[in-house]
Amino acid sequence: MFRLFGIRGGVHPEEHKHPTASRPIETLPLPERLCVPLAQHIGAPAEAVVKIGQRVLRGQLIGSGQGRVSAPVHAPASGKVVAVDDLPAPHPSGLPVLSVVIEPDGAQDDADHPVPSDPLAMAPEAIADFVSRAGIVGLGGAAFPSAVKLNLGLSGGAHTLIINGGECEPYLTCDDRLMRERAEAVIDGVRIMRHASGAEVALIGIEDNKPSAIEAMRQAAAGDDAVQVVAVPTRYPMGSEKQMVQALTGREIPAGKLSAQLGVVLHNVGTAYAVHRALRQGRPLVSRIVTVGGGAVREPRNFEVPIGTPLKALFDACGGFAETPDRVLMGGPMMGQWMPSLEVPVVKGTSGVIALTAAEVRKHPVQPCIRCSRCVEACPVGLLPLEMASRIRKSDYDAAGKLGLTDCIACGSCSWVCPSNIPLVHFFNFAKGELVARRAAEERTSGLRELAEKRQVRLEKEARIKAEKAAQRKRERQARAEAKAAAEREAKKQAREEQKQEEEA
Amino acid sequence: MSAPRLEGRPPQAGPHTHAPRPRLGDMALVNIALLPAALWAVYLFGWPALNLLLVTLATALLAEAASLWLAGKPVRPHLSDGSALLTGLILALSLPPWAPWWIGVVGGLFAVVVGKQIFGGLGQNIFNPAMLGRTALLVSFPLEMTAWVTPRPLFTEHAPSFVEGLRITFVGLPDLDAVTSATLLDTAKTAVDQGGTIHGATGELFAGIHAFTGLTGGSMGETSALLLALGGLFLIWRGVIGWQVPAAVLGAVALLATVFHLIDPDRYLHAGHHLLSGALVLCAFFIATDPVTSPATRLGRILFGVGVGVLVWVIRTFGGYPDGNAFAILLMNALVPLIDHYVRPRIYGRDRRGAPLDTGKEGGR
Amino acid sequence: MYAAIIVLTVMGAGLGLGLGYAARVFRVEADPIVERIAAKLPGSQCGQCGYPGCAPAAEAIAKGEAAVTCCPPGGLVLAEQLAEIMGVELDRSAVRDADPGIAWVEESICIGCVKCLRVCPTDAIVGAPKMIHAVLPEACSGCTKCIDICPTEALRMRPIEVTLRTWRWHRPEGETRPEAAHV
Ligand code: SF4
Ligand code: SF4
Repeated sequence: MFRLFGIRGGVHPEEHKHPTASRPIETLPLPERLCVPLAQHIGAPAEAVVKIGQRVLRGQLIGSGQGRVSAPVHAPASGKVVAVDDLPAPHPSGLPVLSVVIEPDGAQDDADHPVPSDPLAMAPEAIADFVSRAGIVGLGGAAFPSAVKLNLGLSGGAHTLIINGGECEPYLTCDDRLMRERAEAVIDGVRIMRHASGAEVALIGIEDNKPSAIEAMRQAAAGDDAVQVVAVPTRYPMGSEKQMVQALTGREIPAGKLSAQLGVVLHNVGTAYAVHRALRQGRPLVSRIVTVGGGAVREPRNFEVPIGTPLKALFDACGGFAETPDRVLMGGPMMGQWMPSLEVPVVKGTSGVIALTAAEVRKHPVQPCIRCSRCVEACPVGLLPLEMASRIRKSDYDAAGKLGLTDCIACGSCSWVCPSNIPLVHFFNFAKGELVARRAAEERTSGLRELAEKRQVRLEKEARIKAEKAAQRKRERQARAEAKAAAEREAKKQAREEQKQEEEA
Repeated sequence: MSAPRLEGRPPQAGPHTHAPRPRLGDMALVNIALLPAALWAVYLFGWPALNLLLVTLATALLAEAASLWLAGKPVRPHLSDGSALLTGLILALSLPPWAPWWIGVVGGLFAVVVGKQIFGGLGQNIFNPAMLGRTALLVSFPLEMTAWVTPRPLFTEHAPSFVEGLRITFVGLPDLDAVTSATLLDTAKTAVDQGGTIHGATGELFAGIHAFTGLTGGSMGETSALLLALGGLFLIWRGVIGWQVPAAVLGAVALLATVFHLIDPDRYLHAGHHLLSGALVLCAFFIATDPVTSPATRLGRILFGVGVGVLVWVIRTFGGYPDGNAFAILLMNALVPLIDHYVRPRIYGRDRRGAPLDTGKEGGR
Repeated sequence: MYAAIIVLTVMGAGLGLGLGYAARVFRVEADPIVERIAAKLPGSQCGQCGYPGCAPAAEAIAKGEAAVTCCPPGGLVLAEQLAEIMGVELDRSAVRDADPGIAWVEESICIGCVKCLRVCPTDAIVGAPKMIHAVLPEACSGCTKCIDICPTEALRMRPIEVTLRTWRWHRPEGETRPEAAHV
């Protein structure tokens, strides 16, 4: 039996997984327009390499990655590029992001991508390169470029590859369905990644509320000692990177470090599937599986969705809304992001699109904190949410920072459990932003001070030069005047002498 | 169905769902858990006790409502959180049952206004309001606050009638000495102070079982350790309070009492006498567990509980007052910020001092 | 009686000596307060505080003549730092909340007169005679000096644009910024 380690805190929200977990993945009909943001990942945005009016093939590069931490973007369908423009991002702010808009022509012609004959015989660096060119990023939500992580593992001497199949968020079942239906492909992807990261063993952690997925994955991995499927206890936030590493290895990722520095690299099951597709079928990351769920949706289900599909198309495909949603989220209800409109697109990190009714949201009036310390018990990180929140209320962000604000993973366990309905995570988000803004403002002020000082120095120098020049001129003038005076004197003297001579004569 | 209205609303951060709200909040459950003991007290001490209870509760609620109104806060939602009721109830249970009405009024006012609202209302106070009220009364009116009557259960021969009850509460006791008696701890203390031993004092009259069921003199709520303990266990079962604080308080008292009793049984009460006194049980389960005025971490709460237990025993044994609960609680309340500052959980990925863990890889599987 | 007097005297003397010793040993060599303040001010001599430049402003703040909130380009962050140096309570409502913004050149009107170039305290404006000028946003302190001098009103202030990278969560709904708080 595999030895598991405990994680701290955590909560048990109602799962709500049943409606979508029991239905197979369906393919979404192509929407009229696909709107593909060029920044879907952590790191530098990609740069558009297509022109308006150009026809693109499915899988064709439309945005090339810039710099070391970045990822390219590919056309999710064949069709015509109709715009390259700033469009609302799938982000709470609804601020614009540069996007390529494609009108699919329905032909679905694939761009040609070569596939290696045997990825497992390739050099690890070459696999990482392939993964990078396929535009693969973490599909669990964080969207960190996967090749960067593989390389980090390789250079850091990783011994363990962890594949995260936790899927602890309520409602979401995309990973569950993926593992059930395409276990062979996922396991193949895991093998390739294990090879690419240089790890000895790959551990696939799956919460034990998904027995069918565990079973399917165990069968697919049977006979391979280097790939183990591990059932982990069902407890939110088990699927968070830090908690998964802790549960499987008993180690904690040191504050401010990456798991690779522990010799552990962590990827999502969806990423493993994307790797399989890229290296076996030559398909870059242009679609993903998305759970469409929530109490407001008439017929929730899982879809394989081209990147860039507007959220509205997803809900329409589920029969629309049975009830007016109170809010629409990207991701699960615990850590998902508030969506500003239904026009924003699905991106690579979109695991689910959820429309919640007011009854599901359970928003109650905020009451004073009674220091019941339920938030303390729930926090998987060991923070004191109530203390941090009371500091932030008083605008003392530095004090909140000293209490560990930056270690908060924003899992939401504390807010979820708070009997006084205090929006703790909102406080923390706000204060984290405030700390960043403050640092930026300080840097700016000191930068400006430097500029002003430089200018002062320059002005002084200019003044000095000017003064010197003026002095020089004065000297010259004087010299000239003297010379003139001398000449005059001379002339006078001569004149006087001449006069003398004349008089004498 | 219609599309959601999304644009133009300020975004909200997660989580976008919340734990189901229990029908009864924590405060309501604590009130309920105290009810049996309160009713038993009313039965034991008759109409005067009921009068005092009602006066105290009404004062606490009115004081809360008035303070909220003065502070410009919405009255009804705050009033219905049940915290003022709880303060009044705990205060009433720690008063002598036949005390005059103004004791309840002054105590209730002091507890709610000075003990809670002046600090800024619910959750802001440093000291337990009920204990602050009781202490103020004890210091100001020592005579009235120590007039312990022997129980005269309702509908028994010596019980005061309803009219007599009104007289007792609102006019005053005709003859204090005729009805009062000493509590167990009082007697023990007096006996020791006068150079005797506690054996005679704690003889038959105070057989432990009586204290446990409530058939002894004492403050209203101290009378039945059994009912109080059951209420406390109910709260632990419902997850309203942790077991840590009660265990720490009772454990600390039991340990100290046992050790000292073994050293000198003539001077120090047996642990059983301490544990079976309702006052301690009330304190351990209902007062020391007040979340607002106790530390935020489990370890902190254990320390807090041990501190309360030690102080209770010390004050009971060596102090000038027969019962030390209120002082012990207030003293430890004052230490809570200190405890919270030093007792913090270790943060994930950091050591106890807050420095990041090192990345030695050999520990990997 | 005597015992008590002696004990108290000895204790008092002991504590006094101890404190005196500690004050000597642990003394912090503090900068003169004016210098500490001057080191925090933007140094762009913009004069929006009503003093001829940052050094006189620092003196005025140190003397308590000017408020710690007097410097608009420094914003709330600076006000907090100054309040800490001065040990005063900060009245946050007095901080001009509206972000001063940064200057930009309306290119169709700029005549390339280089007047603005000369007044910019941080050299944020680039240009040459008879050429259209431009403002480097990172270097602009928002002092508005150039706005006042431009003969054609080609220079304007506009708020710093929020992007996905600089967007921040707002305070939770119903939570107002405390009017005055300890810093
Ligand atoms: S859970 Fe809420 S009420 Fe309880 S201590 Fe935490 S913040 Fe306060
Ligand atoms: S959101 Fe932050 S503080 Fe709250 S439980 Fe999660 S990690 Fe802890």
